[in-house]
Amino acid sequence: MDFNEQNKSRRKFLRNLGLAAPAVIAGSGVILEGCSSPEGGSGAKVKVLTADHKLVEVEVAGIAANKESADKSYLTKRGRKGLEGKKFVLVVDLGKCKNARKCMDKCQAVHQLRPDQHHLNVLLMKDSEHTSPYFMPKHCQHCDNPPCVKVCPVDATFKRSDGIVLIDNERCIGCRFCIAACPYTARSFNWYEPIDAEKYKDVPYDIEKNVPQKKGTVTKCTFSADCLREDKLPYCVSACPNGVYYFGNLYENAVTNGTTGETVSLSDLLAENSAYRLMEDLGTAPSVYYLPPKNRALIPDIENDNSKKI
Amino acid sequence: MTDLYRKDEEIKKEQFQELLSDLTRPLNHTSLTFKIWTGFLLLLAAGAGFMYFRQVQQGLGTTNMRDIASWGLYVSNFVFLIAVSLVGSLITAILKLSNVRWATPLTRISEIIAVAALISALLIIVVDMGRPDRLWHIAVFGRLQSPIVWDIITVNTYLVLSLLLLYLPLIPDLARLGSFMSHKPAWQRKMYKILSLGWQGTGDQLKLLEKSVAVLMVIIIPVAFSIHTVTSWLFASTLRPGWDSTIFGPYFVAGAFMVGAAAVIVVMYLIRREYSYKQYLTDHHFDMIGKLLVLTSLVYLYFNLNEYMVPGYKMKSGESAHILGLFKGEFAIMFWLVQTVGLILPIILLVFKPFRKPRPLLIISLIIVVGAFLKRYLIVTPTLLHPFLPVQNYPESFAHYHPTFSELVITSGSFAIMALVVTVFIRFFPIIPICETAHEKGIDQETINNQ
Repeated sequence: MDFNEQNKSRRKFLRNLGLAAPAVIAGSGVILEGCSSPEGGSGAKVKVLTADHKLVEVEVAGIAANKESADKSYLTKRGRKGLEGKKFVLVVDLGKCKNARKCMDKCQAVHQLRPDQHHLNVLLMKDSEHTSPYFMPKHCQHCDNPPCVKVCPVDATFKRSDGIVLIDNERCIGCRFCIAACPYTARSFNWYEPIDAEKYKDVPYDIEKNVPQKKGTVTKCTFSADCLREDKLPYCVSACPNGVYYFGNLYENAVTNGTTGETVSLSDLLAENSAYRLMEDLGTAPSVYYLPPKNRALIPDIENDNSKKI
Repeated sequence: MTDLYRKDEEIKKEQFQELLSDLTRPLNHTSLTFKIWTGFLLLLAAGAGFMYFRQVQQGLGTTNMRDIASWGLYVSNFVFLIAVSLVGSLITAILKLSNVRWATPLTRISEIIAVAALISALLIIVVDMGRPDRLWHIAVFGRLQSPIVWDIITVNTYLVLSLLLLYLPLIPDLARLGSFMSHKPAWQRKMYKILSLGWQGTGDQLKLLEKSVAVLMVIIIPVAFSIHTVTSWLFASTLRPGWDSTIFGPYFVAGAFMVGAAAVIVVMYLIRREYSYKQYLTDHHFDMIGKLLVLTSLVYLYFNLNEYMVPGYKMKSGESAHILGLFKGEFAIMFWLVQTVGLILPIILLVFKPFRKPRPLLIISLIIVVGAFLKRYLIVTPTLLHPFLPVQNYPESFAHYHPTFSELVITSGSFAIMALVVTVFIRFFPIIPICETAHEKGIDQETINNQ
């Protein structure tokens, strides 16, 4: 399946519709007054696609803007549920990573992070003395047995049915137990007022994008849940110039390369390349798979490495 | 015959009078030292209050905790204070239930230490929160899966039980105070009267009180064990090397009894000195609690051996970076000082009777308390600084953790608040139980009631 191409026409349709009736498409809370009152007027009718993909005909006069669409409580409620029929996986081809860090830059920009905050961190790895080094992009592993979710005292961080682990910055109390519990160092805390806090202070909080950031709360990789809702690939995946990332739906057994747009069979990709997951022995059951770094595009120069500095 | 009897009665009466005036001395007497001490504590608490205000405004960035060492001095201090609070159950419940008579004058001291430490612990854990304004989320969104929620439940239960165990045995004393402290302002006498709940010392009342205290003593023991066990699970429930240990519960409880006993000795010494209580807090008391300290220290040493020697022998990857950091790395000096001077040396010294005299015992206890605090720091921090994956693309400072001035001030403020609670209590309530001491001296209930 091709995330970029397949849905283009549908998205176009939706966009055009959006111009005519702003925000009608925004969710299941569409208010269609005309439908509920049979003795309503006899104005012009228009075809509308509902959130559950049904085409219905409604009167133009009966269409009202969805008041909920831009509301943060609506976004939060929606964001707590996973996308139906999906179980997202990320595959990282370590052989292709050249430490370009376009993924990191994009991630920090999109999520309004400081330079020392990482949802995604490209690490220089060297497993043992005589093995050779490689670069390893490390996201939240979106574990199926997430140690962070277990310990959260207020259900601020949670696991969705589509496999994504998110955090609600409107609920987080800032105890940082999840940071302590995460074996992958995947989480970050807002020790200060976030950058551009002033600029975004009126923007409603979007749980799927986890912005705007909030002082005193934990922030983490979202697998770009906001993009996935629109059938787009995650920000980092599309930003990669080197074809490192494959992303897709486990249930469809298909993953798409963010650089080439090529879609391949997930099971074949994992089997042919002897894929593995990080720290399998901990029992966290990650959703991120790594393809071992053979035939590397770039062998890191460990002596002159400056990756430890920002 | 009647003459003799009357004489005996009069002697008892005099004895009780003396006891009353002796044990209420702290309520009447404010020395310069006391004033300076209280002022100093208030100053520390105010400084901490100011620094905390600044922290709330600017965020936890005013600390040196960062994404790697995301817990630091505050959490170490929380663990330390919870540990100290366990002594309440040790002395008022465990020793009393075992019919250990010498512990009577220490019960109230240990119980007020427990209450004060718990209050301070609850404050410091709120200080550690990124969003203290959302404390109510725990009540509304609380999830039973989280060890934090278990901790909140057990710590608050323990606080309530400790307050009851402090208050109930105090009731007979309060009834005496109401009439004895006639020179005190009306509000204070009224407070005693209200708090004494109409106590008259009748047989029924005595029976009821005894029963309630006995029930409380039994209940508080499992609750006390649970608060520190659950606190240890805040760490042991994670997968991190250095925390991923099955003995953390008993290891923490053992350490808690040790530091708690030492804390009681420090307070005992100060009270004995300030109020010349040599006949109530005798050398024998110090000797006995010194022996108790040896016992608890030995148990703790045993757990330390298990906790460090076994992983140190195996040197499993992940675990080894942590262990080496303690044995010969960044934390080696602190680690070995804490283990030798703070644990092994006190055991060796305390075996000999001269070191269980009040003054040497005080010095050893102070060393143990400081060592125990540093030990909590060594449990919390090094583990966080050695995550499974390399620490890269962070500023260099993220790889280390040294508390800021602000953290140090707030932490000392938490100790000041704890000490203030104890100090204020001593100022208003008899720190050594009057009626219980009278009973032990053979003064009958009738004499007490008729005073």
